[in-house]
Amino acid sequence: MDLLYETLFNGLAIGSVLVLAALGLAVVFGLMGVINMAHGELMMLGAYTTYVVQNLCKEGPLEALFPIYILVAIPLAFLVSGLAGLLLEKTVIRRLYGRPLETLLATWGVSLILQQFVRSVSSAFMVGLVLAVAIGLLLPRFTPRRWWEQRWTPIIGVSSWLVAGLVGILAASALGTNRSMDQPWFSARNLDVSAPDWLQGAVDVGGVTMPTARLFIIALSLVALLAVNWFLQKSVWGIRIRAVTQNRSMSDCLGIPTQTVDALTFLVGSGLAGVAGVAVTLLGSVGPNLGGNYIVDCFMVVVLGGVGKLLGTVVAALSIGVLSYVIGSGSLLLVWPTMPAGMNEVITFFATTSMAKVLVFILIVVFLQFKPAGLFPPKGRMVEA
Amino acid sequence: MTASSPSTLRRWLPWVLIVAAGLILPVLLPPFRLNLLGRFLSLGIVALGIDLIWGFTGMLSLGQGIFFALGGYAIGMFLTLDNLEPGKLPEFFDLYGVKELPGFWQPFSSPVFTFFAIWVIPAVVAGLLGFLVFRNRIKGVYFSILTQAALLVFFNFFNGQQKLINGTNGLKTSTAQIFGELVGSDLMQRYIFMITVVLTVAAWFLCRWLTTGRFGDALIAIRDDEPRMRFTGYNPTTYKTLVFAVAGGLAGISGALYTVQSGIISPQFMAVPFSIEMVIWVAVGGRGTLIGAVLGAVVINYAKSLVSEQLPETWLFIQGGLFLLVVTALPDGLVGWWRLGGVAKLQAMVGWPPRSPTYPALDLDPALRSEAGSIDSSAELEPIRPPGAQP
Repeated sequence: MDLLYETLFNGLAIGSVLVLAALGLAVVFGLMGVINMAHGELMMLGAYTTYVVQNLCKEGPLEALFPIYILVAIPLAFLVSGLAGLLLEKTVIRRLYGRPLETLLATWGVSLILQQFVRSVSSAFMVGLVLAVAIGLLLPRFTPRRWWEQRWTPIIGVSSWLVAGLVGILAASALGTNRSMDQPWFSARNLDVSAPDWLQGAVDVGGVTMPTARLFIIALSLVALLAVNWFLQKSVWGIRIRAVTQNRSMSDCLGIPTQTVDALTFLVGSGLAGVAGVAVTLLGSVGPNLGGNYIVDCFMVVVLGGVGKLLGTVVAALSIGVLSYVIGSGSLLLVWPTMPAGMNEVITFFATTSMAKVLVFILIVVFLQFKPAGLFPPKGRMVEA
Repeated sequence: MTASSPSTLRRWLPWVLIVAAGLILPVLLPPFRLNLLGRFLSLGIVALGIDLIWGFTGMLSLGQGIFFALGGYAIGMFLTLDNLEPGKLPEFFDLYGVKELPGFWQPFSSPVFTFFAIWVIPAVVAGLLGFLVFRNRIKGVYFSILTQAALLVFFNFFNGQQKLINGTNGLKTSTAQIFGELVGSDLMQRYIFMITVVLTVAAWFLCRWLTTGRFGDALIAIRDDEPRMRFTGYNPTTYKTLVFAVAGGLAGISGALYTVQSGIISPQFMAVPFSIEMVIWVAVGGRGTLIGAVLGAVVINYAKSLVSEQLPETWLFIQGGLFLLVVTALPDGLVGWWRLGGVAKLQAMVGWPPRSPTYPALDLDPALRSEAGSIDSSAELEPIRPPGAQP
């Protein structure tokens, strides 16, 4: 019996990470109808932030903070991912309003760029990048104004960015000859984040061992959930977000700044991805492909949970997490040795992490046959014909 | 009309060029480049399928890799079995202690069955998957992420089943023999290239036939306004399922051709990024234009192979940038940009707008001139003033 509880507990921990990761995705999807394919990469940014904070706290003046560096990392990761998300919204997603499929592709492009960015970022690379962006943004300021009011201005614009990019690449490759500047910050390797001492033990409750790290993850997602719920239900901006989710044009007419609401929601959703990234570092190592491991599961949570209700996301995430862990770990066989032979064979067939996903997907498709709009479908007139 | 009139020439020139390319290129190009071109052309077939479902019907599938790999596995299994001495098992089965050929392998020893399996199995799987999804009116982004999840599921399945299908390692086809010749040999590759050219042209004709006429109109109606189409009395589910199955079948053919030219089929063909890449070929070439899909597949893949040879670490940046660029700046793709007068707009931007056609006959027509005169004089009537304004 203890084994059953232990399995359920571990499944719950996996589910909690999914809750954290999918929460932001679901809120953004509910509001803007946009699926952010770069959500996993925003998680990755959060995880790398944790890694950086850990290294900063390891030695030097911040050494005193090391025992609680993970608590420092949470708001920082929220900030880093949130700002990255805000930038993404302002530069890309805003331009594609009302074209959800194109947004899907554009954010996929962003995710590719972010993945390669953490692989190849080095000091030289960073200097080149900053230089290119600065030149590109400042060039219109320092050139005659009338250049930018002609019919051939688009050509000037494109070529100014090309020049800026070229300058950046040249600067980066010139600096890259210096060995210390060329050293990649993270490289493509997987990096390990070691949890502080107090997160490495395990608590024993009535014969069930619960690793503290997993307890911490569950607590973290609980706190995040409560915070998001409070934000959406009680705060002024939360009420505005809900209003825009329900009826965008009506909210616009009533004076709610929908663009600001979009940007804010995207910031919060991306920030939550960053927090999920912190949680993920406690479960495994940090690498450029970290996001890809979670993103499809998060999509499934959104599909299963439906939009508009946090509860749907939570229930969907927990059930997917628990189910795939319980099946994938194969402990169902140990818990229930006397199960019928036919079922035994089926469960054994699916008893690996990847095969468990196969079974969960089949179950989701079957479920969608009965409830196509997810667990908690939106009701009333906002339902599309 | 004489044979040399310009319109006949314009109609036949592309075909003359294609036939000439199909015959001359195999001799002209070095085997390595020819093999690359053949592979990219076969990828053009899967791109045609994506164009059908995305460009014309508005359903973005991120899971075409499933059907692509199913076609590849079909031919891979056939080639594996065909080269065995009777009564023996493929080598890798010994490694995992499999004593008997799994049941679903059996029919693939027959070339006739394989010939049909390459396109029928993917089409049926696509139709089934599509039907289950479309039946419930799941569409848009939901459909996209469901297809992606399905892709991941198939990937996990094929990757994890060593005992059924050799898992991660996949099936090697380049060392198999067919008609007494190695599949990987230069001569065989040359024939396969020609087959690829023929099949690409055939697939293009099939798509053209489907997209012109009533069926094509229905597809475009689904893309533009599905509820209205339903209210008019059509059942979109049937059309969507059909077109998704066709796209699946095309993907299967494409996968089979790609497999014999790349020499291996492995679960990597079902990797998530590869299937999204397929979509970007269509987007760059121009969705809704059939030739754009093939062109995009060939051009992007050539660029990829060139960049990956020189600067492998920049390819992801370029590809990511391409996704952003094509979606924000070039939504109609290259071919769409060309057809919508992109060149003329560019000319106008730098100051040489192309001359727009005029109708001298109309300018000289006395009846029209007097009409124009009366319009001009009526404009000189007392203008309407806002009330209260000084005359």
